[in-house]
Amino acid sequence: MLEARQLTKEYRSGDHTLAVLRDVNFVLPDGAFVAIVGPSGSGKTTLLGLLAGLDVPTRGSVWLDGTDLTHLSEDKRAQLRGAKVGFVFQGFQLIPTLTALENVQVPLELRGDDGAPERARDLLTRVGLGDRVHHFPNQLSGGEQQRVAIARAFSNAPRLLFADEPTGNLDSDTGERIVELLLTLNRESGTTIVLVTHDLALARRAQRVIRLADGVVVSDAPTDLALRPVVSSLAG
Amino acid sequence: MRLSQLLALAWKESRTARRRLLLYMSSISLGVAALVAIDSFASNTQRSVREQARALLGGDISLSSRQPLPKGLTAALDSLRAEGVGIADVTTFTSMALVERTGRTRLAQIRGVTPGYPFYGEILTRPTGEWARLQSGRYALVDPALLLAVDGHVGDTLALGFARFIVIGTLTSVPGDVGVASAIGPRVYIPARYVDETSLLLFGSRSDRETLLKLPASLPPQRFLFRFKTRLDSAQVRARTVAETEFNLTQAIDQLRDFLSVIGLVALLLGGIGVASGVNAFVMRKIDTVAILRCLGATSRQVLAIYLIQAVAMGFLGAAFGALLGIGIQLLLPRVLADFLPVDVRISLDSNAVLTGMLVGVWVALVFALRPLVALRNVSPLQTLRRESDAAALRGARFDPVRVLVALTVVLSIAALGVARADTVQQGLGFAAGIGVAVGFLYLTAAALSISARRVVRPNWPFVLRQGVAALYRPGNQTRSVVLALGFGVFLMSTIYQVQQNLLRTVSVKLDASRANVLFFDVQGDQGAPLDSLIRAKGSLVVQRTPMVPMKISSINGVPAAQLLTDSANGRRRRPGWVVRREFRSTYRDSLMAAEKVTGGAFHTGGTRAPALPAVSVDKGLARDLLLSLGDTIVWDVQSVLVPTRVTSFREVNWTRFEPNFFVVFESRALENAPKQFVVLADVRGDTAVAKLQRDVVTQFPNVASLDLTLIQQTVGKVLGKVTAAIRFMAALSLALAIPVLFSAVSATRRERLREGVLLKVLGATRRQVGRIMLAEYLLLGALGSLVGVVLSVGGAWGLMHFVFRQPFEPALLPALLVALLMIGIAVSIGMLTGRDVFRETPMAALREA
Repeated sequence: MLEARQLTKEYRSGDHTLAVLRDVNFVLPDGAFVAIVGPSGSGKTTLLGLLAGLDVPTRGSVWLDGTDLTHLSEDKRAQLRGAKVGFVFQGFQLIPTLTALENVQVPLELRGDDGAPERARDLLTRVGLGDRVHHFPNQLSGGEQQRVAIARAFSNAPRLLFADEPTGNLDSDTGERIVELLLTLNRESGTTIVLVTHDLALARRAQRVIRLADGVVVSDAPTDLALRPVVSSLAG
Repeated sequence: MRLSQLLALAWKESRTARRRLLLYMSSISLGVAALVAIDSFASNTQRSVREQARALLGGDISLSSRQPLPKGLTAALDSLRAEGVGIADVTTFTSMALVERTGRTRLAQIRGVTPGYPFYGEILTRPTGEWARLQSGRYALVDPALLLAVDGHVGDTLALGFARFIVIGTLTSVPGDVGVASAIGPRVYIPARYVDETSLLLFGSRSDRETLLKLPASLPPQRFLFRFKTRLDSAQVRARTVAETEFNLTQAIDQLRDFLSVIGLVALLLGGIGVASGVNAFVMRKIDTVAILRCLGATSRQVLAIYLIQAVAMGFLGAAFGALLGIGIQLLLPRVLADFLPVDVRISLDSNAVLTGMLVGVWVALVFALRPLVALRNVSPLQTLRRESDAAALRGARFDPVRVLVALTVVLSIAALGVARADTVQQGLGFAAGIGVAVGFLYLTAAALSISARRVVRPNWPFVLRQGVAALYRPGNQTRSVVLALGFGVFLMSTIYQVQQNLLRTVSVKLDASRANVLFFDVQGDQGAPLDSLIRAKGSLVVQRTPMVPMKISSINGVPAAQLLTDSANGRRRRPGWVVRREFRSTYRDSLMAAEKVTGGAFHTGGTRAPALPAVSVDKGLARDLLLSLGDTIVWDVQSVLVPTRVTSFREVNWTRFEPNFFVVFESRALENAPKQFVVLADVRGDTAVAKLQRDVVTQFPNVASLDLTLIQQTVGKVLGKVTAAIRFMAALSLALAIPVLFSAVSATRRERLREGVLLKVLGATRRQVGRIMLAEYLLLGALGSLVGVVLSVGGAWGLMHFVFRQPFEPALLPALLVALLMIGIAVSIGMLTGRDVFRETPMAALREA
């Protein structure tokens, strides 16, 4: 279970304090698929960073399975990520010097797992890249790179997967296939998925949508309810 | 994470960066090469000295003296023959050697040797085996250089004074002789029993006597010395043992090694700066990967370990390459230095030197790489979501104890290396402090440039210049790293050139200063005037005729010489024995010479009358050794006649001029009637005139030796040529070293340059404009770095000239300027080369890469 309590992030710029996120509260149960949507600058990426323990809030806290991330050291948070969290980024974020297989192995090796190569190969086969395991990122297409990233994200069987605009750099067909893949893996492994996007079509695939505007949660509801006003306003 | 996994990940992750990292690490290769070469060479030379020490001395003990040994001592030594002691004598003196067939002459070192000499080591001749025949007649064995000079060959008759010898062969190898020495005075070996026949050892002639002893096992050298100490001391005979010879030689080699080591160490530290800059560039390229690793759960320690492993591995390769290069260089060194070395150096691989060099190299690479590497701990996983500039991504807390610790390790490592390499702890710390001052000076200047660039830039300047100057202070600028690397390189190279120019200048000034080109010495008192006439008759000019009187100190201020040795002069330090006991060759005149400067009192003008004591002027160094003050009285023993004098002035004498200079100059009236010799300086013009005059003089006055100064000039020129070549080699080496260092420094900010250049292109800047902005920036950086380096080098060169070579210093601006121009050119070339992607790529493609 992931919980945000009074989550606030402020930045100081000279004499000014800029609040990027203010008093965000929600609880995400295990196995949920949640989309965080909002316009550019609404605080989506900041929220994702805080939820994943990549950053610490100015105030408030993030609880993952009963652990308060905000009170952990940087390295403890890293270890927790290694054990429970997976990431899929818009820019894929594969390590360019490693092959597809090696990229997928990294989270396993960081934990000291023995069976890393077998599991990595298995995951790559499942994402349809069984014949491209020894290719380097720059030898793969955008869609293939993102599939490697997804395989890597699931390599440590995460409790929680964060996806930041995972289809942002892909054409719509490829993007669609990537989303299907994510949903399949979510169903099979019961991983909680937090999807950050401003693509409403993509957000519609989630079970629940949290809408942000100017750093504040303006709505938090099941997908059907949450997206109706937006769609209608767009239509109108 | 297990170690094997860590190593595997480090290895895999380094794939595309290995070549680049190796290039950065190659900065230390030359430093390691220098250390390995110097240490291996020194250790090989020392081992060779140990192996050849007995051959160098020629016996177990050598007794040397300026005079023939007293009869009592000779008798005592002779009595030792019964105990199985071998005795051989060598009398060495200089004289003109004349080949009668060609009529040509050359000043030579004559060595009269008795049978048995030398007891150890072998003198090789061509034809072989002629050394054994030397004692069987009026034979001579000579240096090939002599035959070359007099156009003679084996079988010719050689005239030495009044005696004639047949040249039966040439010398190919004499243990312990330095090649350069034989070029100045070629050696002639003759049987000792014919020395008197030459009649060359007249009054006042300089000769050295050496007696070599071969001791049986029953009489070890120490016991011999114990038995004879008193007698040897009272006869002023110097005894040397094999151990002492070995010690003296190894000490000299140690000094040479220390000097070269400092240069090697500076090269290594410059390499360290290169490593730091290069790894800094490397670190910037790795920010994204580190952010991903952190995102995937890597701890900061794991991240640091991955890149530390890569750095150590590449540092090891860089050091290993350096060690290989060093081994190669040390094979060449004995060839380059053969003329200056007293032993045949046998080359072998010195594992100690190689290991030490590698260890020091890896350590330097590691500590200098650590500083940029620890910054990787600051990379936040957040960079995967929102990428900041490289500098911002690496920025850590204002006070970071780890960074302080790393800085401390760097400082302590430099100090430790300095201390380990220098003779004394103070010297080592002084060296480290010197490096610190140079680096601090460069860093402060770079910071000042950065700050002042911000202040001076004006909106009305041309766009290109404004951008170029702005590059010096904007965030993530490379001003400090480039100025440091460039300045240090220029400092090293320009120092070497400044010193070379100064050394060459001092020598050439001296040669030009004396108009005379032929020097006649050992001219007896009654030969002075006839020699003058002979020279004038040949149409040449006598430039100077200086009388010379041999003498010893009898007493100072009433204290006899013997007592002076033990007298500590009111608790002050004691006078060195050799100064009190030595034979002085003094002159008399009532005016100063050009090479002299009065430093205390007033130089005598010949005005004193008895009963006032005649005045003497003493060299200030000698006065210091003898603890003299103005007004002191010295009584001289001139051929058993006591001559009392009063010290009325001290002089500074420029001893390096090719003119007769003297420790003590007497007022004329004191020595006018004393038995004397002359030194005559003549100005002889014409190619063959010198040789003809020398031949005529030696025919008429066989005891008079003469020296063709042009010949000396040529010999000195040859030696200097070798020194110059060695210096050029070192300068080329430092240039070779400066390039990877500079490349590393410029690479550090390559990505920022690329981003900015591409952005400018996106905004409509032409390639030409972007190129000119870069050119302006690198020209400014190059000019400033070089300028500071030149200023530092003037300080460094002054220090070397003042403290090491003890010579006056004059800044040599031309070489400094050339070095500076060269380095500016290199800085601009490297800068443009590193930033070439900005020109090559389309804005879109480059943006993607950046």
